[in-house]
Amino acid sequence: MLEKALSGSNRYWAWIFFLLAVIGVGCLAYMKQLNEGLGITGLSRDVSWGLYIGQFTFLVGVAASAVMLVIPYYLHDYKKFSKIVILGEFLAVSAVIMCVLFIMADMGQPMRVANILLHPTPGSIVFWDVVVLNGYLLLNIVIGWTTLGADRKGVKPPDWVKPLIYLSVPWAVSIHTVTAFLYAGIPGRHFWLTAVMAARFLASAFSGGPALLILLALLVRKFSKFDPGAEAIQAVGKIVTYAMFANVFLLGLEFFTAFYSNIPSHMHPFLYLYTGIDGHTKLVPFMWLSSILAVVSLAILVFPHLRKNENILAFACAILFISLWIDKGFGLIIGGFVPNMFEGITEYWPTFLETLITLGVWAMGFLVLTVLYKVAIAVREEDAAVEH
Amino acid sequence: MSMNRRQFLKLASASTILGVGAASVINNISNSSLEAAQIHPDPRSLKAKRWGFVVDVSKLTTEEDYQRCIDTCHDIHNVPNNPNPRHEVKWIWKDTYEHTFPNTAEDKIMNRELQEKNFLLFCNHCQNPACVRVCPTKATFKRESDGIVMQDMHRCIGCRFCMAACPFGARSFNYTDPRPNIKVENKEFPTRMIGVVEKCTACYERLAVGKQPACVEKSNGAIVFGDLEDPNSEVRKLIAEKYTIRRKPELGTQPSIYYVIGGGEHA
Amino acid sequence: MYNSGKIIAGLVVFFILATLPFLLNLGKANAKIEPSIDTPEINAMPKKHCVETKVFMRAEHMQLLNNWRDQVVRNGNRIYVGSDGNEYQISLQNTCMKCHSNKKKFCDKCHNYMAVKPYCWGCHIAPKENEA
Repeated sequence: MLEKALSGSNRYWAWIFFLLAVIGVGCLAYMKQLNEGLGITGLSRDVSWGLYIGQFTFLVGVAASAVMLVIPYYLHDYKKFSKIVILGEFLAVSAVIMCVLFIMADMGQPMRVANILLHPTPGSIVFWDVVVLNGYLLLNIVIGWTTLGADRKGVKPPDWVKPLIYLSVPWAVSIHTVTAFLYAGIPGRHFWLTAVMAARFLASAFSGGPALLILLALLVRKFSKFDPGAEAIQAVGKIVTYAMFANVFLLGLEFFTAFYSNIPSHMHPFLYLYTGIDGHTKLVPFMWLSSILAVVSLAILVFPHLRKNENILAFACAILFISLWIDKGFGLIIGGFVPNMFEGITEYWPTFLETLITLGVWAMGFLVLTVLYKVAIAVREEDAAVEH
Repeated sequence: MSMNRRQFLKLASASTILGVGAASVINNISNSSLEAAQIHPDPRSLKAKRWGFVVDVSKLTTEEDYQRCIDTCHDIHNVPNNPNPRHEVKWIWKDTYEHTFPNTAEDKIMNRELQEKNFLLFCNHCQNPACVRVCPTKATFKRESDGIVMQDMHRCIGCRFCMAACPFGARSFNYTDPRPNIKVENKEFPTRMIGVVEKCTACYERLAVGKQPACVEKSNGAIVFGDLEDPNSEVRKLIAEKYTIRRKPELGTQPSIYYVIGGGEHA
Repeated sequence: MYNSGKIIAGLVVFFILATLPFLLNLGKANAKIEPSIDTPEINAMPKKHCVETKVFMRAEHMQLLNNWRDQVVRNGNRIYVGSDGNEYQISLQNTCMKCHSNKKKFCDKCHNYMAVKPYCWGCHIAPKENEA
């Protein structure tokens, strides 16, 4: 089926070459990082994880969100999702690939990364994250490819895919739970040491991921003859709304515990992020932007008649996605490191090269996504042509 | 069994990949190891069940007292002196009371002298080290023989999870090549390379030949080193006699550095 | 043949790429390489010997060094008993390179020839070149 990605319009090829160019620039920047070390980034002794790990964390959520389509379609037989579900599975594939690339970009000695498998350490959460992420990648490639292939031939998917699909449901939950455990089990990082971390991760994933999916589905409909279905998009819109409420609620719980308990070490990261400490206010405007966008998006999404207008829905999803991207892809990681273990403040801001590498990885993800979507769309367009 | 060309190629390539992969894995695992008779510890080595330190800051009176301990450590271990504070590498350093014990730092009316006192900080060699728990490659591990938390710089992949996990900020990452920032190299000890994490290793290379850690030797008695599991050791006697505190004991890592604040009679 | 131009051009490119390593080295002398053990320290030995035999060391030094590394760093074993019964301090810098104080003519000689780049010297400090 992959050959379908090799024929396309000029616009398609322009987009592909644009992504390849961004990837190329990212690779050049990465070569410099490989030679000179992570010193080319904005990371420091105090803030030792930054943009890369933030993006990784955020994208695990995007990957996990495919389950929000799989559950209604396969477990509840919600037929309206029959067309859109493949978009979710392929989005998961590209998101996990980006996760892996961000992890590699963050390693000090990437050539030695096989040590994780040569010296397996089940006591380390990273070990489990490697296992569940690779497993999830494999599951989604196999499920997506097989169901699409069956669809192309106009037959039912083979029986052996069903158990894999059921397995992918708890597996999706596991990838984000394990990723939350990377943070939530560390003594001394009070911002992360919270039992609702995994729950919050899942809530933000199940709103941010589907929000991106709505935008992608609208784009697909605009640029191709494949229609994922207006009702399906509306249904996903509802999922986004509920999950975002849950996410904001869980964030509110964090504020309550930190400030009502009045324990300084619990309050300080929140104070740093939302008010700044001792004039260190680099992240404050972004965190407030994130909060405002979250509130505005909810204010739109909560009204069904606003949500029904696809332009307004798209706008709400876009600002919701940006809000979560700031909150989880940036604030969550940096907030864990500021103040540092000595209650001192070292601020972090990504450098130009670090940003280029990050863009390169995103471009790589979009390239994979474009190719997979191209295949899916081509198959669906064929089907549509046969039906009519 | 009939098979078309496509199936044959699929099967052939899959079995090749599996075969080559399995062979290399087995090769790696069965990597000839040394026999016990061929290898043993140096008979001069110092032994303990669990090494620990007692740091009496009342005996560190001048700037020079701190600096002597820091310099000797950093010199013999080829610790780079990175001019960029964000990329600083340190195994042992001095810091204020507020930074050393941040959970008690909110007290505005405490003893001024204590508040202005500097402390010597280095790896706590915790009994339940969080850094060891999170390391995905066992590059950092606790020596079962004497409780030292070691760092295997050969194996470290530079994921920096240990830096996130250590509640004491004891770990440094080589953000840049350390070599240009080492003024005088100690030819008896290695340096590190780009992209690995390093920290105090309790002078395991000195213990192995019967010497005390270098900072202890240069501290004029301010740092005492010994076996925390041995009730008759000097460290245990000091801990029994004096009021000592440890950094962030509430986190349950069981640090092996005890601080004696000392000073006045009523301390 | 369809697209014969493209196919032939492709074959030519493939042929050149595949044979490039041989073409590049064509005509270069490929003399047998012999790592030098001509250092003052080795010359001063009454009976020249390494921790193991020459044959063993030539074939197995990498495994030995790997094992040594793990034994010292991870197990705290610092004494190696050679098959000659002698005891040696396990240390690349303080044992191996004390005798082989000519890294360029010893280690690098073969490693360059074999195009392997062990990362020992990223951390371990090479001796000041010392030749007899």
